[in-house]
Amino acid sequence: MAPARRWLQHNLSALIMAPTAAVTLVFVYGFIAWTVYMSFTGSRMMPVYELIGFDAYTRLWQMERWGVSIRNLLIFGGLFMVLNLALGLLLAVLLDQRIRFEGTLRAIFLYPMALSFIVTGTVWKWMLNPGLGLERSVHLLGFTSFKFDWIIDPDYAIYTIVIAGVWQTSGLIMAMFLAALRGVDQDVVKAAYMDGASMPQIYWGIIIPSIRPAFFSAIVVLAHLAVKSFDLVIAMTNGGPGYATDLPSIFMYAMSFQRNNIAVGSATAVMMLCTVMAIVVPYLYSELRPGRRHD
Amino acid sequence: MRQASNLLRGVACAVGLCLSGTAAQAAPTVEVLHWMTSGGQAKAMKSLKDDMESQGGKWIDTPVGGGSSEEALTKLRARVLGGDAPSSVQLKGPLIQEWGALGVLQPIDDVAAAGKWEQALPKSVAATMKYKGQWVAAPVNVHRLDWMYANPAVLKKVGITMPATWEQFDTAAAKLKAAGITPLAHGGQAWQDASLWEVIVISVGGPAFHQKALVELDPKALGGETMQKVFDRMRKLRGYVDPNFSGRDWNLATAMIMNGTAGFQIMGDWVKGDMTAAGKQAGKDYVCANPPGTDNAFLFIVDSFAMFKSKDAERLAGQKLFARLLMEPRFQENFNLAKGSIPVRTDMKLDKFDSCALAASEHMAKTVKSGGFAPSAIHDMAVPMAVKGAMTDVVTKHFNSDMSSAEAARRLADAVKLARE
Repeated sequence: MAPARRWLQHNLSALIMAPTAAVTLVFVYGFIAWTVYMSFTGSRMMPVYELIGFDAYTRLWQMERWGVSIRNLLIFGGLFMVLNLALGLLLAVLLDQRIRFEGTLRAIFLYPMALSFIVTGTVWKWMLNPGLGLERSVHLLGFTSFKFDWIIDPDYAIYTIVIAGVWQTSGLIMAMFLAALRGVDQDVVKAAYMDGASMPQIYWGIIIPSIRPAFFSAIVVLAHLAVKSFDLVIAMTNGGPGYATDLPSIFMYAMSFQRNNIAVGSATAVMMLCTVMAIVVPYLYSELRPGRRHD
Repeated sequence: MRQASNLLRGVACAVGLCLSGTAAQAAPTVEVLHWMTSGGQAKAMKSLKDDMESQGGKWIDTPVGGGSSEEALTKLRARVLGGDAPSSVQLKGPLIQEWGALGVLQPIDDVAAAGKWEQALPKSVAATMKYKGQWVAAPVNVHRLDWMYANPAVLKKVGITMPATWEQFDTAAAKLKAAGITPLAHGGQAWQDASLWEVIVISVGGPAFHQKALVELDPKALGGETMQKVFDRMRKLRGYVDPNFSGRDWNLATAMIMNGTAGFQIMGDWVKGDMTAAGKQAGKDYVCANPPGTDNAFLFIVDSFAMFKSKDAERLAGQKLFARLLMEPRFQENFNLAKGSIPVRTDMKLDKFDSCALAASEHMAKTVKSGGFAPSAIHDMAVPMAVKGAMTDVVTKHFNSDMSSAEAARRLADAVKLARE
């Protein structure tokens, strides 16, 4: 009785985690492996299991539209992450000044996250449409020279997606930073204040460096949101005008499910996985290396 | 009505009991995977279901919402991989051949022979319903892609008639523009750009060029001079579209015709279904005509149901009953009145159809003889989906940028080659 009980006590957490681990192994890593395998076959409408090498990848990189979606990912992903981090941090710092109605304001800023990207996309689509939204309203006010038609301009349409994306996500990033700011040791801040440091100096020199882990979480969240973003673009521009706002996720969907080209679709998915790994793995390594952390 | 059909079903069951004794509860069963879920289409499917049940059959409905084929085809893939294919699936064109090549389609030659399908259908339609000479699918309608619509009140206001040549179209467009009316109502979605382009291909190049370039995918035709002329025309039409067209749905473009803010729309006959639903009458509230240069052309889209193999005797029986009903004049009439298309059978009376449908039917008979009856490549009747996608990419890129016609034709030939390899 006693040894069994002790064994159970010792292994209880492992036992409880086992089903989850098994499911994750199959449905995450198993399917990643399957996708990688598919990308080396000549699968078209249905999966075939005969390996033919790098054909799907060469085909992929020859496609002009793939080039456009990669370029768009760099523009969208870069701006989306930088603007979200900057805006989220700024909002968090301002909210951290012990102001009145903080709870209300926090709810207001966090609220966009409660909407789905489809809703956000549709609303922004209408607001930015020159014949319906912002441009027309300003015209009706009498300023007829006002022009804001980015959403129908192939060169600028991708930036409208950034605007909508940042509007949606910056509240969440703010909440993450705010939680981290509240965890900063107030004694250190007070000590710095005694030494005559100004508020900006304290933030820049002490507080922000001490919330590094929050930056880490925010970057991981933002990077994967950027790479997998799909519904926002579908709702706002459906990849258009033409395919000017195409992203790898949309390209992958088109290849796998609209054009019966599973091999190229899988190759696209693998490229997307590599992109995320290229950002996250070095960062993970530098952050989690033992001995690197001072605190 | 429902009582009557229940009664009929009762009678049919009773007859079945007498004839087959112990196997009485075995009703012919059909499971239909389709995406005809919008108002008129759903009504048409319901009439088919009632027909089926009145003959003692059992109907399992597997609708996929959203009105597009993608999710349904994904579902079909999963079902076939799992060894549990639905008895019948809404499929068309080369997709029937692709599934046929996987060996999962059920031949229904006996039904086709009994119903004399061969005689009732145009040859090119019959060909797409067969895999290696065996009937594996039944067609339900013919849509025509190359239609041009206008609002007669608008035409009268600026003093123009339906243009018969592109020069006349240009003159009409200039007059419309001067009157502050958008000359061409167009929705800026990739498939709509491509649909317009295919109409221009057959209009500028003629049916023989369309066949060579978009069906046989001849690289010289795809990248040649005639194709450059097609793109020249596309560039001109781009100038007739209002600036807000990006991302607009086709039915919003149709609304522009109905409320008089635009002159013409070039789009398939599903536009008519929407006009009818809005209470508009052909000939009075809107007129339809061949777009310039398409007097001897007819770009057809045929919706059909393909039959999938099953080991179950009840399912096989149900499938045959279903196929027979699909081709019966009664269903063809009900279905096409609701959908805006015309019956695929050439031997039917069309008393209940409107003037546009009658014109389409006449035009179909004429072009079947002249050789202008052409399958639409952009609407999955002629080429694999990868090729169609490659064409769409180039066309929409050209339409939404300042790419030159020569560059567009070159890219078209390259993209199609890459998609075919």
